[in-house]
Amino acid sequence: MAIKLKINGEERDVSAPPSTPLLWVLRDELDMTGTKFGCGVASCGACTIHVDGVPTRSCQLTLEGAQASEITTIEGASGKVAKAVQDAWRELDVVQCGYCQSGQIMSAIGLLSETSKPTDEDIDDAMYGNACRCATYVRIRSAIHHAAKTLEG
Amino acid sequence: MTYQTSRRGFLTAAAASATILAVGYRPDGVLAATGEAASLNPFVKISGDGTVTAVLKHFEMGQGTTTGLTTLIAEELDADWSAIEFEFAPADNKRYKNLAFGSQGTGGSTAIANSFGQYRSAAAAARAVIVQAAAAEWGVKPDAISIEDGVLKSGNRSAGFGDFITAAAKLDAPAEPTLKAPEDFRLIGKATLPRKDSAAKTDGSAKFGLDMRVPGMARAVILRSPKFGGTLKSFDIGRAKKVSGFIDAKEMPGKSGVAIFGETTWAALSARGEINAEWDFSKAETRGTDDMLADAIKSLDAPSWQAGKEKDAGVSAKAIKGAAKTVEAEFHFPLLAHAPMEPSNCIIEKTAGGVTVHDGCQFPALAQPTVAAILGLKPEQVTVNTVYAGGSFGRRANPTADYQAEAAMAFALLGGERAVQLVWSREDDIKGGYYRPMAVHKARIGVDEDGNITGWDHRIASNSIMKGTPFESFLVHDGVDHSSVEGAADTPYAIPAMTVGLSDITTPMRTLWWRSVGHTHSAYAMESLVDMAAEAAGKDPLEMRLELLKDAGADGKRLSAVLKLAAEKAGWGGTLSQGRGRGIALHKSFDSYVAEVVEVSVDDGDVRIEKVTCAVDCGIAINPDVIKAQIEGGLGYGLGAIMRNHVTMTDGVVDQSNFPDYEPLRITDMPAVEVHIVESAEAPTGIGEPGTPPIGPALANAIYAATGERITRLPMSENGISFA
Repeated sequence: MAIKLKINGEERDVSAPPSTPLLWVLRDELDMTGTKFGCGVASCGACTIHVDGVPTRSCQLTLEGAQASEITTIEGASGKVAKAVQDAWRELDVVQCGYCQSGQIMSAIGLLSETSKPTDEDIDDAMYGNACRCATYVRIRSAIHHAAKTLEG
Repeated sequence: MTYQTSRRGFLTAAAASATILAVGYRPDGVLAATGEAASLNPFVKISGDGTVTAVLKHFEMGQGTTTGLTTLIAEELDADWSAIEFEFAPADNKRYKNLAFGSQGTGGSTAIANSFGQYRSAAAAARAVIVQAAAAEWGVKPDAISIEDGVLKSGNRSAGFGDFITAAAKLDAPAEPTLKAPEDFRLIGKATLPRKDSAAKTDGSAKFGLDMRVPGMARAVILRSPKFGGTLKSFDIGRAKKVSGFIDAKEMPGKSGVAIFGETTWAALSARGEINAEWDFSKAETRGTDDMLADAIKSLDAPSWQAGKEKDAGVSAKAIKGAAKTVEAEFHFPLLAHAPMEPSNCIIEKTAGGVTVHDGCQFPALAQPTVAAILGLKPEQVTVNTVYAGGSFGRRANPTADYQAEAAMAFALLGGERAVQLVWSREDDIKGGYYRPMAVHKARIGVDEDGNITGWDHRIASNSIMKGTPFESFLVHDGVDHSSVEGAADTPYAIPAMTVGLSDITTPMRTLWWRSVGHTHSAYAMESLVDMAAEAAGKDPLEMRLELLKDAGADGKRLSAVLKLAAEKAGWGGTLSQGRGRGIALHKSFDSYVAEVVEVSVDDGDVRIEKVTCAVDCGIAINPDVIKAQIEGGLGYGLGAIMRNHVTMTDGVVDQSNFPDYEPLRITDMPAVEVHIVESAEAPTGIGEPGTPPIGPALANAIYAATGERITRLPMSENGISFA
């Protein structure tokens, strides 16, 4: 009894219990490992994906709950905003261990898609839930401002 | 990035031995060049298409090794930075040993320091044989050939490395190749060299241990004793059988717990939740942390050992007696979890002739023999495939190789055929021990009428990290675990009549080095005390420190320089608006010198950390931007812990379980950070850890300056400080 998901523009059939968190469906059923497990309780943001364009913690969304939505993961991040964010991350060498950065980038893309010129307060609100144990926060903030400038043209 | 196991590497080399130049060290330490990469386990490889690959003996946990060691190779080889590749070295405890501690592993902020000569020499030797081969073919003298970005030129001829590797592989590598003079560096010290791991870590393609997949792999999680030192009495599978994807549950060797197997991670985790276990706590730690702390404080009345240069405990008391003023303080430091973003995990896979461990492996020298012993294999039958590690902060370098050992046991329990990926949940991580030790510092300082320190009686109680580990013989002398007293017993300050007593806190609970180890607590105590002594002496904290460094030799000079630089850049001594305060702290660790000035604002009792200004002297700065990142991250890592992290236990059970109650530093907490690097011609020293120790005391001193409140109990949030 497969459940159909739409991930990164493609239809995928998944045979797993409907209550399985989408995080584990992505990682263990579909081997899409860019989305990370960090806490399992929506407290670190490492598993952030977009559900109909909105940054969402995939550890809290079930397979069943995801079937009606357009899912985007880091592997499918594309478009002007995504490119600006990823380029900014690379230009400023934001990453250290890198484990949380898929989630950080998905949250930042969500922010800049809604708010083209975010203030520091906007960044605080959007990024608060994305923990980085390497504490790359100074560069995350700078990279978001940098990406916003790029998008301004 | 590509990874080759040594077996595959051998096949590649054997099939096309003329298409690779490998340069490295033979087991006797002599440089060698060959066409057979696998037989040498080289430091640099060049293939027929000219691709240069740096082979990294240190893993990448975020500290920048993939950039740093690759820089050393590219520099001496004059390779093209944008094209050079890297791969992680296989386990080879002879050739890839860390020269700082004699076995293969990463830690102690040594990756660059111990590789600086070794990697450059290997690359310089590779360059020398390539140039020699090119000179012979072109009929010119070697010094008529120049190399730029991987292109050899002489007159109007030019060619890539690949054209000469067959001839070069037949030449003898120079025993002592000529290294570049620092003024000729074009990559070392370059401010804008991009990290090698940025691209893969920003598109989701970088593979961490938890992302590795091998055919037929099962997942395992472990149900462990809720109290440290407890053992399994019995367990009941209960409803776990009903969990879709559940495979089996088995008792772990040594009754250490229950291994639960699932087809997916979620199945294993869900099944674990359904299993009931009974435990034997007769040998377990059943105290709470409050009791442990009380025992530790009591032990300081009569420390077990004298750890300082002065062994006569009475010397400091005598010097303090009759002083015009005395300063007294007691500092409490809690247990801390490392909580790297990627929880512990690894895969054990059966491969031809043995097993392969897929792991963000920090200590192959410990993981390989541990896994081999559990599985009844010889160490060389265990291949270590090192992949990216999602942080460590000390957690992945464990003398007991705990999670690799668990994975090997689980693999054997499942039958030894099917690959097993062992996964720790965040709860396992926070509750699982291997914490930064608890520590208590107690000090009495005498200050005379002229504001000079007359004596310093310092006492420390802490859990020994090194006792009972393979590192004991190196780091424990006459009962003193150096990691319990480092940064205090060996303070570079010229303090007269100083004694440092030590007592061990003993418990079945396991402790482990945590980013900057003993300096995590010693710097906080020392640098808070220096400020307290300065106040008693009527001196400015900066002036007091400079005085204590005047007669402190070479260390004193370098410490004074970073101190002055940080103070100057932070505007030390300048006026601040109402509700603001500045604090300064200085610390030497891992042979590097770091000063940090913290500026805080206090609004309606809430403290906000506005800015940190840092100065660092870590010798020659290989990758200045990585150094800045490590200082930013190192102080951020320390800040989160000092602000609000602690692991506590009630009746032996850990009270915290996940990020909601072990709250990481958030973007909203992070101050602005400015890092200034002292230009230096000295050999490079540590950078992953030295940014961490000064941040706590600099913050404490800033809060004191702003509020008059001296914080001696950590974390601050549990001791009267609220953060904005």
